[in-house]
Amino acid sequence: MITTSNLSKKYSDNVVLNIETLEIPKGQSFGLVGNNGAGKTTYFSLLLDLIKPTTGSITNKEILVHKSEDWKPFTSSFIDESFLIGYLTAEEYFYFVGELRGQNKADVDAYVNQFEDFFHGEILKQKKYLRDLSKGNQKKVGIVASLIGNPEVIILDEPFANLDPTTQIRLKQIIKDLAESKGVTVLISSHDLMHVTDVCERIVVLEKGEIVKDLETNAATLKELEAHFAN
Amino acid sequence: MIFKFLGLEWKSFVRSASFGKGLALKILMGFLALYFLTIFLILGVALYPGLKKMFPQEDPLKIVNDVLFYWILADLVFRFFFQKLPVMLAKPLLTLPIKTRKIVNYVLGKSATSFFNILPLFAIIPFGVTLIFEGYPVSSVLIWMLSLILATLIINFLNFIIESYSSETELSFLPIILFVGGLFALNHFGVISFARLIGQGFESIYNSPVLIIVLILILAALYLINARILRNKLFLDSSLKTKIKEVNASDLEWTRNFGDIAPFMQLDLKLIWRNKRSKSSVWILVIGLFYGLFFYPQPVYQDMPWFFAFIGIFVTGIFLINFGQFIPAWDSGYYKLLMSQNIKYEQYLKSKYTLMALSVIILFVLSIPYVYFGWKILLAHFAAAIYNLGVNTHVILLGGSFNRKKIDLNQRAAFNYQGTGAVQWLIGIPLMLVPLGIFALSYYLAGFEIGCLVLAILGIVGIVFHQKLMTFITEKYMRSKYKMIDAFSQDN
Repeated sequence: MITTSNLSKKYSDNVVLNIETLEIPKGQSFGLVGNNGAGKTTYFSLLLDLIKPTTGSITNKEILVHKSEDWKPFTSSFIDESFLIGYLTAEEYFYFVGELRGQNKADVDAYVNQFEDFFHGEILKQKKYLRDLSKGNQKKVGIVASLIGNPEVIILDEPFANLDPTTQIRLKQIIKDLAESKGVTVLISSHDLMHVTDVCERIVVLEKGEIVKDLETNAATLKELEAHFAN
Repeated sequence: MIFKFLGLEWKSFVRSASFGKGLALKILMGFLALYFLTIFLILGVALYPGLKKMFPQEDPLKIVNDVLFYWILADLVFRFFFQKLPVMLAKPLLTLPIKTRKIVNYVLGKSATSFFNILPLFAIIPFGVTLIFEGYPVSSVLIWMLSLILATLIINFLNFIIESYSSETELSFLPIILFVGGLFALNHFGVISFARLIGQGFESIYNSPVLIIVLILILAALYLINARILRNKLFLDSSLKTKIKEVNASDLEWTRNFGDIAPFMQLDLKLIWRNKRSKSSVWILVIGLFYGLFFYPQPVYQDMPWFFAFIGIFVTGIFLINFGQFIPAWDSGYYKLLMSQNIKYEQYLKSKYTLMALSVIILFVLSIPYVYFGWKILLAHFAAAIYNLGVNTHVILLGGSFNRKKIDLNQRAAFNYQGTGAVQWLIGIPLMLVPLGIFALSYYLAGFEIGCLVLAILGIVGIVFHQKLMTFITEKYMRSKYKMIDAFSQDN
């Protein structure tokens, strides 16, 4: 589904990302871990064509992301709060995103209502602007908005950070379901090794912009990752 | 300690992301500052001889004392709009082991070195020196000068108190206008002659220097009040706290008539209405609409028909200029979202275009009553409106593709220069001066009607080539996409 080849990003001689080849098949739940500055967000930004690659390219379903915009209809993402529009209410934001993905209000309402549980009664019908919500609630809005409209690829940067434990557990379930039953390719990054090993079938470790580990998740993965990061 | 604070200050200035980019603006501000300093210096030097010449009978010092009241009022108003207490400076210091008292004193002390306090010195000192040369008693003059400096500082701190109380109200400038207007009116209509009172006050200090104690006491009191207000503000929750307003949502169904740009138009309308900064462009609209009233009633301008088109451009294009100059910076807060969503750039820009075009038409209709001042004005406005529709909308959209400055929508509106770069200053030339030039030229060469016709034809050409122009502009935006994303994600 997503093919990365010879991709690198330099900021004035400082290489922040250098991936020779990385292949993510359709329907995989893919986890990216690494310390600060390892290049996780850089990789996601390149994947969304928010920054320009120095060399190489990424293709998303055979579409070169930095050449064509045709990957946009089936790709959705939530990277940080700059993906939220502060002066809208949660519902308005969902409608706006839904409309861009060809969903009418009724579709969006029906879809979003499934997440009542996840929202914990703090998001819908609150008559509050997103800018006035707490960081955690903002994040919930952003994550759910990225699920609207049956995207085939979903990219979430640090989805577990800032969420309360209950929500983390629910989010894990949602992500697992997406990949297993709906065939959605989910890419997430996280600092929390436990969460990624729970959720992802495959985990790639980045270090200073390079891939140092590429693991199929199994019972020993968490130990292996912990050992890796302990050194 | 104070040197450490100043060091931080210097670094924040030099290392700010916009240091290089904002240089043009800084230079402009520098020139403005220099200009005012020179004006004040000239005032200070020329005041004594000037007054002596105009009122040979009277004592210049007494005249100056009598107008001090007006200076105080004017200074208060100016400061209210332009001077801010640099509170945010203190925020990163809060968690460090520094006594709150020290931070408060630093912030307040720093405000005393503001340009607004330095400026009067340039007038006070030369005037005082002249007085001494003219044979006034040296010690009295020195005390008088000192009392003026104290007065400046009193105004400085009084302003912050007024600001801190009025910032909580919706129309924040109303209290200051009422306060200053009230004092002025009381004085003007002779209820209480503040001008004389203040004048006498400074005269008595001049005569018996001990009285300067009064000013020192007032200053100390104001300083303490400020310190108390500031100390209460120095908590993250109170300086960060924002009033949460209930949303009054409307679904804006009528925008559906505009087809596929409807979601963006809804977004733009909400953007304008729900944010302080952009809401002000709605108020400016009202001011702009009445702009013509400054000119048309005066007979001088009645004989200058070449000027009508300029006013027409302004009156029908005020929203276009005000809103358009910050495209796409209005959306800078969530630009990454727009760039990664399933959005056609052209639709996004077309929504902005439609909004501006609608505003031109509405403003033209509202400006029809100007026909009272002559049919020529109506004709010129009509031509200007077409020019705005066909040319200026495209020019301002094109200018936007050079926009690299983020806007924080929640900041207050009046005299907020955030997001203002060289582009905003330069764009004024093609927007206003070019049509003025074209119109004036064709007016002199061929007459008024031809001038209008030329403007209108240019506008129609623009409208005819609208599709082509939009494609060109869209390409421009596409090309600067990465640069814009990068610039908008920086805090300046």
